Amino acid sequence: MNKFLNRLSALLAAFTLAWTAQPALAQEVIKIGVILPLTGPYADYGEEIGNGLKLYMKQNGDTVAGKKISIIIRDDTGIAPEVSKRLAQEFLVQDKVDILAGFGLTPSALAVAPLATQAKKAMVIMNAATSVITTKSPYIVRLSHTLPQISAPMATYAAKQGIKKVYTLVADFGPGIDAETAFKKAFEATGNKLIGGVRVPVTNVDFASYIQRIKDAAPEAVFLFLPPGSATISFLKAYKERGLDKAGIILLATVDFADDNLMDALGTSVLGLVSSGHYSAAHDSPMNKAYVQAYVAAYGTKMRPNFMSVAGYDGMAAIYAALKKTNGDADGDKLVAAMKGLQFESPRGPVMIDPETRDIIQTVYYRRAEEKNGKLYNIEFDQIKNVKDPGK
Amino acid sequence: MNIRTESVRAPGYLATLAARERWGRSEIAFWLVLVAVYFLLPNNLMFASQILITGLFALSLDLILGYAGIVTLGHAAFFGLGAYTAGLLTKTGYTEPASGLMVAGLVAGAFGYLSSYLVLRGRDLSRLMITLGIGLLLYEVANRATDITGGVDGLQGIAVGKVFGLFAFDLYGKTAYLYVLVVSFLLFVMVRSLMTAPYGLSLRSIRENQQRAVAIGIPIRARLTNIYTLSAVIAGIAGALLTQTTQFVAIDVFAFQRSADLLIVLLIGGTATLYGGFVGAAVFLLAQDWLSSINAEYWLFWLGLLLIITTRYLRTGVMGGLKSLQRLAARAKPGEES
Amino acid sequence: MLNFLGLLFDGLAYGTLLFLISVGLSVTLGLMGFVNLAHGVFAMLGGYLLVTLMGRLGFGFLTALPLIFVAVALISLVLERSLYRPFYKKTHLEQVLLTVGIIFVATAGATYFWGPGQQPIEIPVWMKGQLNLAGVDLSRYRLFLMAVGTAITLLLVFGLERTRFGARVRASVERQRTAESMGIHVERVFQITFALGSGLAGLGGALGVDVLGLDPYFPLKYLVYFLLIVVVGGPGSVIGTLSAALLLGVADTAGKYYIPSTGAFVIYVAMIVLLLLFPQGLLGRRKEI
Repeated sequence: MNKFLNRLSALLAAFTLAWTAQPALAQEVIKIGVILPLTGPYADYGEEIGNGLKLYMKQNGDTVAGKKISIIIRDDTGIAPEVSKRLAQEFLVQDKVDILAGFGLTPSALAVAPLATQAKKAMVIMNAATSVITTKSPYIVRLSHTLPQISAPMATYAAKQGIKKVYTLVADFGPGIDAETAFKKAFEATGNKLIGGVRVPVTNVDFASYIQRIKDAAPEAVFLFLPPGSATISFLKAYKERGLDKAGIILLATVDFADDNLMDALGTSVLGLVSSGHYSAAHDSPMNKAYVQAYVAAYGTKMRPNFMSVAGYDGMAAIYAALKKTNGDADGDKLVAAMKGLQFESPRGPVMIDPETRDIIQTVYYRRAEEKNGKLYNIEFDQIKNVKDPGK
Repeated sequence: MNIRTESVRAPGYLATLAARERWGRSEIAFWLVLVAVYFLLPNNLMFASQILITGLFALSLDLILGYAGIVTLGHAAFFGLGAYTAGLLTKTGYTEPASGLMVAGLVAGAFGYLSSYLVLRGRDLSRLMITLGIGLLLYEVANRATDITGGVDGLQGIAVGKVFGLFAFDLYGKTAYLYVLVVSFLLFVMVRSLMTAPYGLSLRSIRENQQRAVAIGIPIRARLTNIYTLSAVIAGIAGALLTQTTQFVAIDVFAFQRSADLLIVLLIGGTATLYGGFVGAAVFLLAQDWLSSINAEYWLFWLGLLLIITTRYLRTGVMGGLKSLQRLAARAKPGEES
Repeated sequence: MLNFLGLLFDGLAYGTLLFLISVGLSVTLGLMGFVNLAHGVFAMLGGYLLVTLMGRLGFGFLTALPLIFVAVALISLVLERSLYRPFYKKTHLEQVLLTVGIIFVATAGATYFWGPGQQPIEIPVWMKGQLNLAGVDLSRYRLFLMAVGTAITLLLVFGLERTRFGARVRASVERQRTAESMGIHVERVFQITFALGSGLAGLGGALGVDVLGLDPYFPLKYLVYFLLIVVVGGPGSVIGTLSAALLLGVADTAGKYYIPSTGAFVIYVAMIVLLLLFPQGLLGRRKEI
C-alpha cells in the first residue's frame, strides 16, 4: 500500500534537488532582477518594457564603470502579487541581485516594496502608475509616470479651451477612479464643475447604454479612462456610430487610451481624439527618431514602441547613469541617492527624478490622433513642462 | 447466532478500518522530507511555503470534489475571504497570526455554510454555474469596495505580528515556512482522520450512488453541508496563510483563474488521495516556474497540453499513476508485497 | 420612451449576437450532456479568421462570413474526432478539465499567431453609422446583426421542426436510448450538430469582433455569458436559448443605462437567482445535467 508513497517522496526529493540554487557569481557583475508580466492579459506590457530595457543595453553595452551588467527577467503572470513577491525574494536571497526592476502593475510593485526596504536594494519601477507606490519604500524610484500626473493636465486643457460642461466615463477600478479624482480636482480648481459621470465595469464591452447617457447629459466634452484594449476600441466605435462626434462632443483621454500599440486596432474612429501623455512614438526629436528606428530594427514592426517601452529604456538609462555616479557601487542607499535629482534626455523629452518623491518629473504633451504616412499617430500640439505628480 | 456472526465478521471489518487509519512509513517520510526542505533549501523557502499553501487549498477542494463529488468552479471565493479577513484583521490592530488564521477560517466557514444551501440544490452543471457566479460576485465586491479592500491595487499596510508573539517573519521566509508547515500538518491530520473514519466512507458512498446511500441511512444533505463548510474553513485558512506570509492581498485571490488552476492542481495530483493536492501543487508550481523561465510567453500552452494529456491518459493523476506502477511491480514480482 | 425603444433595440441586437455564439453549445449540451467550456474557442477562431481573411488576404466582409462558417465547422469536426469523442461517456469534471485545457492551448496559440493585443477590423462603410427610423436612431451594423440572427433562427427552427435530420436531433435530445434503438445513429447526429454549432459560433465570433472585441482571452472572458445563456435557456432548446440571450442582452443594456452603479453585479446575481428559480432552465427539457 505504501510503496507508492515511498516513490513519491523520492520523486519529490529529486524535484527539489533539480531546483537548488544556481552557482555562485563573480565579483564584478551587477545583477538586475527584472519582474514583468509576460503571460496573461498584460503580456504586451511586459513585452514592451522588456524590449525597451534590452534595447538600451544593446545600444549602450553591458559594462558600466568597469562592472558587467547582467539582467535576469522573470514572469509574474499579471496581477499576481504573491508571485511577484516570491520572485523578488528569490532574486534577493538566491540570485543575490543588486537592483530590482520592472513591475508592470501596481499590485506587484506594492507587494515587493517592503522587500526592497528590508534588503536595502534600489527598486526601479518601469510602469506601475498608482501615485502612492513611491511612498511605500525609500528605495523605490519611478521612471514611468503617475495617473494624476497625466490626467490633471487634461482638465487644465479643457478649461483653457473654454469647455464648461464635462462628463466623465471611467472604468470602475482603482486606476479609473484615480484618474477621475485627479481630473475632477484639477477641473474644479479652474472654477468649473463636472456635469456628471459614470463608472463602468472593467470588463464592459458594450457601450450603447453609456453612450445614451452621455447623449442625455449633452456635455461639451467627455473625459475617459478605460483599460486599454477591447473597452477602448468598442467605446470609440460606439461613439462614432452613434454620432457623438457629429454632435461635437469632444473626447479627452490619457496616454493609456491612445496607446501607440492600439492605434491600428482603434482604426480611423480614433481620428481627432485629444489626449494628454508623456510619450508618443511620433514625438518630434532626433533622439526619438533614432529610438523608434532602433526599436523597429530590433523587434520588427509587429509592435510599436509605446510609453511602456520608453519607461523600460529610461529605467535602464537611470540605472546606468547612477552607477556611473557611484563608480559602480550598487549599494541601495548610494544608488537611490545618485538617482535623486538625476536629469537626462529621454526619447520622450527631458526628464528628471524628483529628489523628494523619487517620482519622475517630465513634460506632458497634448496630442491629437492624426494620420501620418498612412498610419495613425498621436501628434503633439502643445505641452506643459516639468509636471510633477500632483497626487502627493 | 448473533454473537457468532459478529465474532467472525467484525474483526475483518475493523481491521480494514484500522489499516486505513494507520500511518504508513512512506507517509511519515513524506512529512519528514518537508521538514528536511527547511534545512536543504534555505533559499527557496518562500516558494516552498507557497507550494504548501496551494497544496492545503487543493486539499480543501479534494474534500468536496474528490470525496463528495461536488464540482465547483468558484472555490477561490473561500480562499479570498480568508485572505482578506486575515489582512483586514491586522489593520484593526490585531496582529497575532495564529489566532488570525482561526478568525479567517471561521469567516470563510460561515460563508461556506450559508452558500452550501445555494450550491447543493442543483446537479453538476448548475453547481458549476452557481459556484462560478458566487466567485465572480465576490471578486466584483472586492473590486468595488475600494475603501475596504484597496480594489485592484490590493490591500496595503498589512502588518503581521510575531507568531504567538515569539517568532517574527523574516526575509528568507524561514519562520513563514515552518509556520505554514505546522498549520498544514495539523489540518492534514484532522482531515486524514476524518476521511479514514466511517464519515469519509459515507461521503464516498454519496459520491458513488446517492440512492444507495439514502437506502443505507446516510443523511446526504447534512453530510454534504458540513463537508462543504469544512472545506470552506480550510480554504479560508489557506488564504489567510498566503496573506500572512506575503503580507499583501491582491484581488486575484478571488479570480476565476485561481479556481481553475486549483482544479488542475488537484487533477494532476490525483483526487481522493489526501496527498494528491500537495503533490499536484508541487508539480504544477514547479512546472510553471520552470516552463516560464524557459519561455515565459507560452507557458499557458504547455499547461493546456499537460491538462489535456492528463485528462486523456492519466485520469488518476500522479498518485494514481504511482499506485498503478506499484501494482504492476507487485504483479511482476509476486510475494514481494501482498 | 424613444430612449427606451433605442435601448431595447440595442439590447436585442446584443442578445442576437450572444445567441449566435451560444446556440451550438446549447444543442451539444442538450444532446450529449457534454460540458464544452471551450465553445468560445470556436467563436474566437471565427474572429481571427475574419481578421486574417480581410486584413491579410483582402477578402470582403460578406464573402468572408460563409467561408468562416465552413472553415470553423470543419476544424471543429477534426477536434471532435480526435479530442472530444473519448470524453462523451466520462464525468462532467473530466469534460470540464479537458475543455479548460483546450482553452489554454487556444489562448497561447492565438497569442503566438496574432499577438496578445486587440485585433483591428474595419466593417464596410455602408454598415457604419445610424439609421433614423420614426425618431429612433438605429445602428446599421446592429440592424444587420439582427437580420442575420433572425434568418439563422428561422433556419434552425425550420431545420429542427421540418426536416428529417431535425427530427433525429429532437429524438436524440428527448430520449437518447429510444432514439438509438430506433436506428438513429446518435453519434453521427451529434457530430453534425457539433460541427454546425461550432460553425455558428465561428460566424458569431466573426460578426462580434466589432462589438465584443477580439483578443486571445476571448474564450475565458465570455465563458460566463455563454454558460449563463445556455443554462438559463435550458440545454437543447433553440427557442429557450434565444429567449435567454435576448433577455440577457436587454437586461444588461437597460440595467447599465438606468442603474449604472450596479455594474457587473446584475449579471451574476441574475444568474444565481435564475438558476435557483429555474433549475431546468426557462424552457429546458427535463434532463438531469
